[in-house]
Amino acid sequence: MSNLHLGQHISRRFNEELEDVRSKVLHMGGIVETQLANALKVLVDGDTALAKAVIKSDSIVNSLEVEIDEECTRIVALRQPAATDLRLVMAVIKTISDLERMGDEAKRIAIMSRKEMDGALEDDVRADLEFMGELVRGMLRQVLDAFARTDVDTAVTVVKADKKVDKKYKKIVKQLIQRMAEDPQAIPAVMNVIWAVRSLERLADRCQNIAEHVIYMVLGTDVRHIRLDDVLAEIEAQIED
Amino acid sequence: MTQQDKLQAGPVIKGLSSHPVAMTVKDLDLYYGETRALQKINLTIPEKQVTAFIGPSGCGKSTLLRCFNRLNDLIDVCRIDGEILLNGRDIYAANVNVPELRREVGIVFQKPNPFPKSIYENVAYGLRIQGMNKRRQLDETVEWALKGAALWDEVKDRLSDSAFGLSGGQQQRLVIARAIAVQPKCILLDEPCSALDPISTLKVEELIAELKSQYTIIMVTHNMQQAARVSDYTAFMYMGELIEFGATDQIFTKPRLKKTEDYITGRYG
Repeated sequence: MSNLHLGQHISRRFNEELEDVRSKVLHMGGIVETQLANALKVLVDGDTALAKAVIKSDSIVNSLEVEIDEECTRIVALRQPAATDLRLVMAVIKTISDLERMGDEAKRIAIMSRKEMDGALEDDVRADLEFMGELVRGMLRQVLDAFARTDVDTAVTVVKADKKVDKKYKKIVKQLIQRMAEDPQAIPAVMNVIWAVRSLERLADRCQNIAEHVIYMVLGTDVRHIRLDDVLAEIEAQIED
Repeated sequence: MTQQDKLQAGPVIKGLSSHPVAMTVKDLDLYYGETRALQKINLTIPEKQVTAFIGPSGCGKSTLLRCFNRLNDLIDVCRIDGEILLNGRDIYAANVNVPELRREVGIVFQKPNPFPKSIYENVAYGLRIQGMNKRRQLDETVEWALKGAALWDEVKDRLSDSAFGLSGGQQQRLVIARAIAVQPKCILLDEPCSALDPISTLKVEELIAELKSQYTIIMVTHNMQQAARVSDYTAFMYMGELIEFGATDQIFTKPRLKKTEDYITGRYG
């Protein structure tokens, strides 16, 4: 967290409080990473035994969200943070909300994948799913890395990667719709896959959100809801400034 | 505009150009004997806005504030170079009527300093000096000023009581009423709430927000949250220099310079 100089406050307790919040976010992110990896194994490899672990760890993620949220509220009330400190606290509050929803999506993937899927996944779709899953896992790993190192470049990479995921998602859904048209018997099983893939796509969106929070935290520039090219131009202008 | 031009022009301050200018400080240096207490200050104070000066003790913010109504004239060893323009004219020019300047630019200090007179007379004092003698006119203006300082309802039934019987917060608002009674253009507030409890502080802050519709307000405060709550523009000073000046929300969320950032976030730079 070198850019934010968290250890340089005159109040050492404030240093510790911010550092504590930051490391808890990374801990929470680590749990969600494991949840996602396991959920993908359930989806792609059919390893249903792991589904239970994914579902179980969701409650840890939920309670971490509440705990970090309370800590942030306390910091705002007692420390009245400003500038980078304020942006860090605001980014944390938003990031943990996204991470918590990511935990929910991973749980949904595990639950859907545990259900009947026989015959729904042909080899080419499975390969695409595996590829999309790896993309999303990569995004999550990178965005947590960007948060930990306050690295805008990596955050931008994550924002860009979401486009690839969206493309893959559309392709997979098209294949699955075709599959349903060809074999109506397979519809219930294919629908389960569609729900899971949709959750995976949403996980990528959440990674993009967190990347935007990181950019805001470091540069103070809000890049939400603007086109990628404009995001890049905004960042460029900010860095030049 | 080239990069070099941009640097020379300084940062564009959000919204500043949309306000008329109340005061302009140009290349101001201030010396106490041999010591240079203010160095090359350049600043534009927008009209009918609240501008706050923040910075560590001894950074020169109160010294700069006192330049705006020439209170530093009272210190023998104090010498000033540069200009301060009030509505376009240099307040340090030879032909300036200093008492008149101090009527136009009133000041309120850290510790409330009512005169040892009644509440009414405190407010009427400046008016009488200006030559207002008619009782009815005095009554009306005193009432108007006390209402303007959000004090009227609390004192209307005891106007002839001593001002010393008021609480600290009420005394500070009385002093503000005394300042606005003579219809200044600008009010200088030198840590106006540092001797007040939190509730009285909020009342004075609320009053400042109301007063800015009619007066330009410049305040010095050690309480950064107060600067953040009350002011529209904030200037950060350090060791006699103006380090950064900008819209308050920008200074407190995204300061441009690391020195400012270190100060407002409580870091040692």
